[in-house]
Amino acid sequence: MAKALLIDVTRCTGCRGCQVACKQWNELPGEKTSVSTSWTNPKELSAYTWTHVDFREVPNRAGHPTWNFVHKRCFHCLEPACVSACPVGALQKTEEGPVTYDAARCMGCRYCMVACPFSIPKFTWDSAQPVIAKCTFCADRLADGQEPACAKTCLTNAIQFGERDELIAEAQGRIQATPGRYVNYIYGKDEAGGTSVMYLAGVPFDRLGFKTDISLEPYPERTWEALSKIPWEVLGVAAVMSGTWWIIQRREKNGANSISKKAKR
Amino acid sequence: MKSIADPKQAEVRLNTPGTWLLVALVVVGVSVAALRLATGLGATTNLSDGVPWGLWIGFDVVAGVALAAGGFTLAAIVYIFGLEKYRPVVRPAILTAFLGYILVAVGIVLDIGRPYRIWHPIVFWQEHSVMFEVAWCVMLYLSVLALEFSSSIWEKLRLARLVNFMRMIIIPLVILGITLSTLHQSSLGSLFLITPELSPLWYTSLLPYLFFISAVGIGLAMVIFESFISAKVFKQGLEMKVLTGLARAAVFVWVGYLAIRFWNLIATGRLWDFTWNAQGALFLVETGVGMVLPVLILSIARLRNSPGWLFGAASLLIGGAVLNRLNTSLLGFPNTWQVGYFPSWMEFAVTIGLVSAALLAFKLAVKYTAVFAAYAHKPSTPGLKSAGAVVEAE
Repeated sequence: MAKALLIDVTRCTGCRGCQVACKQWNELPGEKTSVSTSWTNPKELSAYTWTHVDFREVPNRAGHPTWNFVHKRCFHCLEPACVSACPVGALQKTEEGPVTYDAARCMGCRYCMVACPFSIPKFTWDSAQPVIAKCTFCADRLADGQEPACAKTCLTNAIQFGERDELIAEAQGRIQATPGRYVNYIYGKDEAGGTSVMYLAGVPFDRLGFKTDISLEPYPERTWEALSKIPWEVLGVAAVMSGTWWIIQRREKNGANSISKKAKR
Repeated sequence: MKSIADPKQAEVRLNTPGTWLLVALVVVGVSVAALRLATGLGATTNLSDGVPWGLWIGFDVVAGVALAAGGFTLAAIVYIFGLEKYRPVVRPAILTAFLGYILVAVGIVLDIGRPYRIWHPIVFWQEHSVMFEVAWCVMLYLSVLALEFSSSIWEKLRLARLVNFMRMIIIPLVILGITLSTLHQSSLGSLFLITPELSPLWYTSLLPYLFFISAVGIGLAMVIFESFISAKVFKQGLEMKVLTGLARAAVFVWVGYLAIRFWNLIATGRLWDFTWNAQGALFLVETGVGMVLPVLILSIARLRNSPGWLFGAASLLIGGAVLNRLNTSLLGFPNTWQVGYFPSWMEFAVTIGLVSAALLAFKLAVKYTAVFAAYAHKPSTPGLKSAGAVVEAE
């Protein structure tokens, strides 16, 4: 029912076919790039590059430097911070898994960008009519019964599409079947309350540029805890203010009466 | 009869160098704002994917709302708690709040990617979003403030029916205004509950409560501050008794705020995250110079009763509060420093233009409406009633 992706960093050869397939399917323009300290090009995710392979040279357990190619993109959280942040419901979590975006609703307030714990949503800053841009999980392809373009194109099956439960079982199976190949952790199984894009890797995730301080509780709970109190706050403040006004006003009236009575005497 | 019939009008000279400077700054701001609307945010601001919110959200909106808190604070003191002594400052406070919220609204319109969709939250509901709640509160409270301020206009136009009508609905209106203010002063803090990468010196689950309490404190400081400015600019009488009363209230509020904030910082262990870097320095300036120092000054009666010290302390509190809002919404985020965000000259021009427009509007309102009318009538005959009576007598 809930679809997900399992990305096995140890299987990725860094061919970047996923990057190209994503651009082709979503009709994203190429970007002007420049030589940088990064081995990859473009250097990072942007409004026009929704998936990106990061090249990381990290020593393995034997101490030998090894290349790790890390496919990066939106995690499609099970309880997304961006969806709860959006004031107009332009971002939605669908039952099949994708977090989708409706540009016709978006005002461009960019709270989703501020709220996302993975800093995924980008903005078309160069446009006078800007939109939020990020991986859509190829929701249009899913609706048509197809798998996402990146998974479809992946030669080594480093990007595997399937049911979330089955993919977690698959990942656990790989860790057990080939000890030493993987660190014993499925990134995304529990991060931010669980995500629809999960990772296996051969070296610790912090060495691959993954955020390791991500809360395991869903982020929307933090703001909902404050928001859910609002009806009571409205009633409370209005009642206390009305009550205070009534008491003080009555006291003043009585006070004024007693003074005038005294004056009469 | 004329001197009685006209609520005593403050004498305001418009043709001054100050006025023309403000006009010039507004013209520059409006021009840059037009350029921003034509060319987009990327072309005019230094915002980026790394720092999506900058000066406009940090100062124009988050700090702007706080600086407008004098309106609901003074409305509560005078209309609800019945402390008539403070009536002379309630109208300027409400006018400041009204202009402040217009500034905030214009700031939001210019900051969102597609300004012409500002009405979307009215139609597309998403009650799990703090931003949705902020949008609604700003819209509703702006309407409440417009109504509250309209009294001064009806009096000036001698529309007795409207003046009487306003007198009838003022209490429910004030209660509505206080409720809305409580909600969204606090929810501006709630906005950042979902961004735990904010420095631990500012991030806490108590953000909504801290934002609300400090809003009351800022409101009191703002009223003291603007009374001094008005006294100088508009030659209005300055009642030190009123201002020292507000200062005493401010001491209680800020001591409470600081106690909760530091208790929370210690109890959650976040205080030990303090390091000597830019954020550490900002934290020290904000809490030390902008809060503890002015509270100490104001708690000493001799200093509190001295106009110079009182004005200085109120100014420090306002500076500390603005810094607190900027830190919470912008400078407390590691990304701001990693990306090296600094506002473009055009961002500054728009912000300065907005503030100038508010100052100019305040001046015009003082000249053409009965903002300071209550001064003329003295507390024994509050402005509204006497003006209504005068009109009826004619």
